[in-house]
Amino acid sequence: MENTKCQGCNGQDPKMQEILNTYKQEKDNLIQILNEVQEYYGYVPEKAQVAISEYLSIPMAEIYGVITFYSRFTLKPKGKYHIAVCLGTACFVKGSEKILDRAKERLGIDVGETTKDGKFSLEATRCVGACGLAPVFTVNDEVYGKATVKTMDEILDKYMESEN
Amino acid sequence: MKTLEEICNIREEKRKELDLRVNTNATTREKHILVCHGTGCTSSKSPKIIENFRRIIEEKNIENVRVIQTGCFGLCAKGPIVIIRPEDVFYAMVTPNDCEEIIEKHIQNGEIVERLLCKDVDNTVVKQLDELNFYKKQKRIALKNCGVIDPENIDEYIAFDGYKALEKVLFHMTPDEVITEVSNSGLRGRGGAGFPTGKKWSFTKMAVGDQKYVVCNADEGDPGAFMDRSILEGDPHCVVEAMMIAGYAVGATKGYIYVRAEYPIAVKRFQIAIDQAREYGILGKNIWNSGFDFDLEIRLGAGAFVCGEETALLESIEGRRGQPRLKPPFPANAGLFGKPTLINNVETYANITKIILNGAEWYSSIGTEKSKGTKVFALGGNVNNIGLVEVPMGVTLREIVFDIGGGIPNGRKFKAAQTGGPSGGCITEEHLDTPIDYESLQAIGSMMGSGGLIVMDDSKCMVNLAKFYLGFTVDESCGKCTPCRIGTKRLLEMLEKITEGNGEEGDIEKLERLCSNIQKASVCGLGQTAPNPVLSTIKYFREEYREHIDHKECRAGECKALMKLHIDPELCKGCGLCKRNCPVDAISGDVRQTHVIDEEKCIKCGTCITKCPFHAIKS
Repeated sequence: MENTKCQGCNGQDPKMQEILNTYKQEKDNLIQILNEVQEYYGYVPEKAQVAISEYLSIPMAEIYGVITFYSRFTLKPKGKYHIAVCLGTACFVKGSEKILDRAKERLGIDVGETTKDGKFSLEATRCVGACGLAPVFTVNDEVYGKATVKTMDEILDKYMESEN
Repeated sequence: MKTLEEICNIREEKRKELDLRVNTNATTREKHILVCHGTGCTSSKSPKIIENFRRIIEEKNIENVRVIQTGCFGLCAKGPIVIIRPEDVFYAMVTPNDCEEIIEKHIQNGEIVERLLCKDVDNTVVKQLDELNFYKKQKRIALKNCGVIDPENIDEYIAFDGYKALEKVLFHMTPDEVITEVSNSGLRGRGGAGFPTGKKWSFTKMAVGDQKYVVCNADEGDPGAFMDRSILEGDPHCVVEAMMIAGYAVGATKGYIYVRAEYPIAVKRFQIAIDQAREYGILGKNIWNSGFDFDLEIRLGAGAFVCGEETALLESIEGRRGQPRLKPPFPANAGLFGKPTLINNVETYANITKIILNGAEWYSSIGTEKSKGTKVFALGGNVNNIGLVEVPMGVTLREIVFDIGGGIPNGRKFKAAQTGGPSGGCITEEHLDTPIDYESLQAIGSMMGSGGLIVMDDSKCMVNLAKFYLGFTVDESCGKCTPCRIGTKRLLEMLEKITEGNGEEGDIEKLERLCSNIQKASVCGLGQTAPNPVLSTIKYFREEYREHIDHKECRAGECKALMKLHIDPELCKGCGLCKRNCPVDAISGDVRQTHVIDEEKCIKCGTCITKCPFHAIKS
């Protein structure tokens, strides 16, 4: 038991140690560290939580509380193609809800879920800041502006066809 | 490390060199190609445009031309924007493929590339930025440097009076004098509440503590608002300088800026600004031998709207869940790590250096009796000129929406504008002539808010809008207090019931009662203002609520459950646009014949409504 725990905390992943080492062992660094972990892994894996918990002397429950409080942190990995439809007011007013509905319908998943094959995940994001291009959705880092239900269809077709 | 004298020299030399940025008559052989590198234009490939320009210039070995990435020019709807100085020619919606032509025609042959010039809403072709109606009524104070300087170059900031205000306060003013100046200017908090900034500063100064902090609230969570982000992206040093001035005034030596992690460009630029200021010895110990120490750190937010509330923000900086604290004690007395703390938002800080340099009297001469200076708005939604505008307080909403914003696109009618986002209310046609200031907006049931200004046309359902905002509040409620956690959820459920066609007599009154309870009993501003969108839509659009409840009708056709689409044979010209765009092939009809919608197949996505040029599709 002791042994398995240690494997986690010693972070078999050297990157995890590297992230921790850039921060002092002070509790107020928790969110900073979580941000970097989220950025690197695409989610906050349990073993990272254990490592952070030991490094900052913060109980796991508290870390879980922080992760689930902030929408940027996720406990599950995202899909290969992460689709985020902006539901900021500017996009909403221009019909982004319909685009989101279409994506849900086509992928058969709800917001915050990943398809079974791990290919797509869907998110309703807050303002991405491209209000001039509203309505907007992003697939990974690519931004699609002035989008319609049809744009979503075309993009989904494109990625569905692409071999993994 | 640079001495004060060296900084002054940089200012003088650089200012001469950059004269062409602000003076169309500058005598120089140089040309500067300014490319917007704000988030909006970046999303439509402006980095590629910069890269192409640089590559072509190098390939053709052209001298005296520089390509500069700037912050936001404001007119995001026409992005990516390229401006060529000193002649100030303004190209809109430029693509990476246009670079070659601009270089060959404009830079090498001095001809204007007519096809890339911007068209105003009335279709007149505009050569210079200032000729656009969009800019005519604006007054840029907070955004003064945005779109003029390279935000990643401290020398360019210094050239345009950068760090001059800091020099003035450190060597020619006492902390009390600084606070008096800020108080006399009449500046009020631009985060939305409008608390007098000078008062906040003096409370923090008077508070006793061995360590004090200055915090900048850049957690711009209001959906559809991007003022603060644009300032950080376009002119980060002005916030650094203002926070230092604030630190000097209140006796703080350490500052934190809390920025949303969703703003990667702003975060990166601000970090560069901090690094450069440190390198020049502007941030650090004993700045310019004045005896004043100050340093600054960035803290990233992680996507929680409530963290815009000042005490929740402090909790988050300390590494915890962002749940608001009970006030009092106010942050001025017990803030970050329990120490006296001054918190202002980005736009408030962006005004400070200008107030110090030009004087309180100058600043207070702008605006209305109780609201001084200017306000930046992020204009969005159903309006032609989407973008960032800065106007003097007291300008009317009509001027913003119709003169600056260019009115409503697609021949539709103005229905309402929403200020203050999820905490604000809607403003209708009858109140369009209300002057924009803190008190007037409150009097008509809305609020100034941080500056999001969303325009809605007559295709919008106000009940659905209220539902949208409540959905947001429910997601973002931190859960600490019951009225907000459970109350907003119940509000949302009632609105869902109405939009799904299950509304009953008495629902409106129930909504109003619950709203009033939530307003009175919630701990923080989020809960206290969450019912505003519901109350104001009920106030101004009660008949729409009634239609949903009594007749199960949604006149805007947005509430799907109540929607039945059909094509008006009188209006349909049989152009086939709807048919081609329907994602589920539910529309049939021959060319020049009236088309019909198959209700079985129709998924009510509304694409046909938006595509039909004749407004023939009715719900």
